[in-house]
Amino acid sequence: METPATRSCGLRAGRLSEADYARNFSDAHPLLTRAQAMIEAERCYYCYDAPCIAACPTGIDVPSFIQRIAQDNLRGAARAILEANPLGGMCARVCPTEVLCEEACVRNASEAKPVEIGALQRFAVDGYLAEPGEPLFRRAADTGRRIAVVGGGPAGLACAHGLARRGHAVVLFDARAKLGGLNEYGIAAYKAADAFAQAEVRWLLSIGGIEARSQQMLGRDFTLQSLLDEYDAVFLGLGLAGTNALGVDGEATGEAVRDAVDFIAQLRQAERPAEVPIGRRVVVIGGGMTAVDAAVQSRLLGAEEVTMVYRRGPDTMTASLAERHWAQTHGVTIRYWSAPTAVAQEDGEVAGVRLAATALVDGRLVTTGEEHTIEADMVLKAIGQTYLPEPTGAAIALKGGRILTDANGRTSLARVWAGGDCRYGGRDLTVEAVEHGKRSAVDIDFALSGQEPDAAPELEAAHG
Amino acid sequence: MADLSIDFVGIKSPNPFWLASAPPTDKAVNVTRAFEAGWGGVVWKTLGEDPPVVNVNGPRYSTLMSQDRRVIGFNNIELISDRPLRTNLDEILRVKRAWPDRAMVVSLMAPVDEAAWRRLLPMTEDAGADGVELNFGCPHGMSERGMGSTVGQIPEYIQLITEWCKHYSRLPVIVKLTPNITDIRQAARAAHAGGADSVSLINTLNSVMGVDLDRMTMIPSTDGAGSHGGYCGPAVKPIALNMVAEIARDAQTRDLPISGIGGISTWRDAAEFIALGCGSVQVCTAAMVYGFKIVEDLCDGLSNFMDQRGYASIEAFRGGAVQTVKDWNALNLNHVEKAVIDQDHCIQCGRCHVVCEDTSHQAITATRDGRRHFEVREEDCVGCNLCVSICPAPGALAMRALASGEIDRRTGERVSGEYANWSMHPDNPMRVAASAD
Ligand SMILES: Cc1cc2nc3c(=O)[nH]c(=O)nc-3n(C[C@H](O)[C@H](O)[C@H](O)COP(=O)(O)OP(=O)(O)OC[C@H]3O[C@@H](n4cnc5c(N)ncnc54)[C@H](O)[C@@H]3O)c2cc1C
Ligand SMILES: Cc1cc2nc3c(=O)[nH]c(=O)nc-3n(C[C@H](O)[C@H](O)[C@H](O)COP(=O)(O)O)c2cc1C
Ligand code: SF4
Repeated sequence: METPATRSCGLRAGRLSEADYARNFSDAHPLLTRAQAMIEAERCYYCYDAPCIAACPTGIDVPSFIQRIAQDNLRGAARAILEANPLGGMCARVCPTEVLCEEACVRNASEAKPVEIGALQRFAVDGYLAEPGEPLFRRAADTGRRIAVVGGGPAGLACAHGLARRGHAVVLFDARAKLGGLNEYGIAAYKAADAFAQAEVRWLLSIGGIEARSQQMLGRDFTLQSLLDEYDAVFLGLGLAGTNALGVDGEATGEAVRDAVDFIAQLRQAERPAEVPIGRRVVVIGGGMTAVDAAVQSRLLGAEEVTMVYRRGPDTMTASLAERHWAQTHGVTIRYWSAPTAVAQEDGEVAGVRLAATALVDGRLVTTGEEHTIEADMVLKAIGQTYLPEPTGAAIALKGGRILTDANGRTSLARVWAGGDCRYGGRDLTVEAVEHGKRSAVDIDFALSGQEPDAAPELEAAHG
Repeated sequence: MADLSIDFVGIKSPNPFWLASAPPTDKAVNVTRAFEAGWGGVVWKTLGEDPPVVNVNGPRYSTLMSQDRRVIGFNNIELISDRPLRTNLDEILRVKRAWPDRAMVVSLMAPVDEAAWRRLLPMTEDAGADGVELNFGCPHGMSERGMGSTVGQIPEYIQLITEWCKHYSRLPVIVKLTPNITDIRQAARAAHAGGADSVSLINTLNSVMGVDLDRMTMIPSTDGAGSHGGYCGPAVKPIALNMVAEIARDAQTRDLPISGIGGISTWRDAAEFIALGCGSVQVCTAAMVYGFKIVEDLCDGLSNFMDQRGYASIEAFRGGAVQTVKDWNALNLNHVEKAVIDQDHCIQCGRCHVVCEDTSHQAITATRDGRRHFEVREEDCVGCNLCVSICPAPGALAMRALASGEIDRRTGERVSGEYANWSMHPDNPMRVAASAD
């Protein structure tokens, strides 16, 4: 690391040298070399009824794709992955594998070190995408059916791809300028380096039959009813458009106190990280993946002190152990049992965060009466996103503030399916959103055609 | 400390590890480095009559590798020494003088022509060799010229040339056998009949290493074409052990000293060859893969093993396992084993279940009470050892021998504890009735 360009307090862009920015925002876990992949692939035991398959929300046949890597058949490996998970490339980068497939690996029992399934998955998909050759999947003959998919995040993309494969015509609406949802606007920059999100979107759309309409917002530019009038079915993959507020004094201090998701989106969309202003001492409030990503990326932008503040203990934190270690090795301090009570100010600038100590008493979280202040010139709020129901109107039943569906994503409203973060009962993971979209595509196809799900689509039209 | 030294057919060496006749023993510079590293002896790279042979200038070697690039098998199409005979003999003399305590065996090859052998043998003796090894094994190149394995495949030739060598030389004669043959005993018996002091085996197996599917040419190839080579290294060890054991237990050759060769890479491999009767062992591939230093690890491991078991010398355990190698017909059909899974060591990969289910006797469960659980159902287990053989978790699967009197839950019969082989089995139509009753 070189000497920082500036160490002054307050929001400052360009704190680091260009070389440091380049290093900090390069691929966090670079692609395995062929030799590494071969050795890692050899470690897979090719288990019977492999536990990793069950642990993957999309049910990728992990032993098969790894065996195909070992047999130097990257195309076959990619097929096994993308068949089950069309966003297998992004999932390989962002899945918390330590609590999914890799947690289930039997190698944990013998040597406390699972096969690196995520890294191998990326090796296969990236290897295939680098030299795709003939299309892996082809679109079935046109069914004449038209389906509206609203939201171009992982859920919407997976659904659109699944529907297009089955020969339906899809119109994919998204409020944003680019497709990808949080893949494009939310995932940490170092997890999806080299514009991978857009490369993946291009590949998904190349199957044909999907018309993407960006900057088209449900509730503003069209209504659910208008979609139902025009299309045979509607899939909602709206994600979580709202954020929770802290509800403490000083929260509205302008630029220096902001939602972590906005900060991350700004960083993801910035031409260069050097353009993004960051404080010298940053406090991130929250204990999830968003909080970790905001904290780590603050450090990488040149913040000298970054503290994550979480009101409970490590056991209930949604960020996994691996993510906490990731934060800590990037110099982030994690303060447990602390709840913010106010954003302190001096001369109209953010000066710190006032914290109340908390404790669990009889299973209830209470403040103990002790208080202290962490100095800060920037505060990032990552205390959860919420589903905004307004765009769909009151027609759809909710539960816990999100859309209630059956296992296949059918909502209370006929011909409307929903999936991803906006659906009730999930874990808010990219891979789950993909599974929701994939399943709903099968179910929509079933509902429209009356045929048993998964009847093999006929071959037509190209898709690289 | 165990004494590793050997006296093999009168040839003494400080340890049983000799470098086999091959590139590691090709020149004075190699052999000197080998002796400096601690090898007990060498069999000098095979010499033939002048003019020397000419090797290809393309690839001579290629390997079969595991995914982590460890060498499993090694193939070569090299010929015998391609240097003038005199150069080799002068070097042999010089090196033997400098290293009098090491075994210096010289490998020879010539056609089935008495005059040629009569010329070669005295020269070799004059060069100070402790013994000669007759290369009846090389399966490529030389065999097309009527030498090497072509001789080794015809017992009459083996015997004839061995007789000539015993006649024209006082040196101990070791006959090196080819494994490219149906019944190794025929070759060994012929060597024995010809008066050989010992046999050594195995030389390499005919092999084509693969096909380059982009070019549609066999591997290895030189200028677009290849020729079968000789295969050696860890992959051939089981083949070599079988052939060694066949000779060691054959009534006609059981007293014939054997120098064991084929895939020896660890002290354990060497100890196994010795346990099956070998009085010295030879190594080629392991040296070509790791260099000469490994001899230190071979000696150290063998010596620790012998100390632990209380074997004071190589002779103390040589041949210790020979009497356990039998014809199938002599195996005890009343002995019953069952696989047992140790749940504490099982890592739940389920491979034992699926292989038994798909390819053996459907004797391992996959679930219990709806949960993933692998357990042997003794009523179905035939004791084939497949599950144990493929289990990746050390200690998770083992075979258990049923005690006499125990019920075999597969057959419902009580284990008698008495020995009975196929020749006595009630299902055998050719059964020999037990003579006592
Ligand atoms: C900062 C952050 C980091 C994360 N990191 C990870 C991670 O590392 N690993 C992981 O597995 N998960 C991670 N997640 C969670 C993951 O990103 C989400 O679970 C996933 O993106 C959900 O997909 P989705 O399709 O349901 O929603 P989104 O990805 O949110 O996509 C919703 C799309 O709908 C569009 N939209 C919304 N409303 C409308 C409307 N009214 N009209 C038209 N379009 C609309 C949006 O523009 C957006 O494109 C992270 C989340 C965040 C916020
Ligand atoms: C490159 C190469 C050349 C060889 N040349 C000879 C030879 O000239 N004479 C001979 O008797 N055996 C020759 N062999 C066979 C070896 O001596 C030995 O019998 C065989 O390699 C098996 O031992 P290993 O598995 O330890 O390599 C050669 C082997 C190799 C690999
Ligand atoms: S020993 Fe053979 S039959 Fe018995 S459980 Fe194992 S694999 Fe099945």
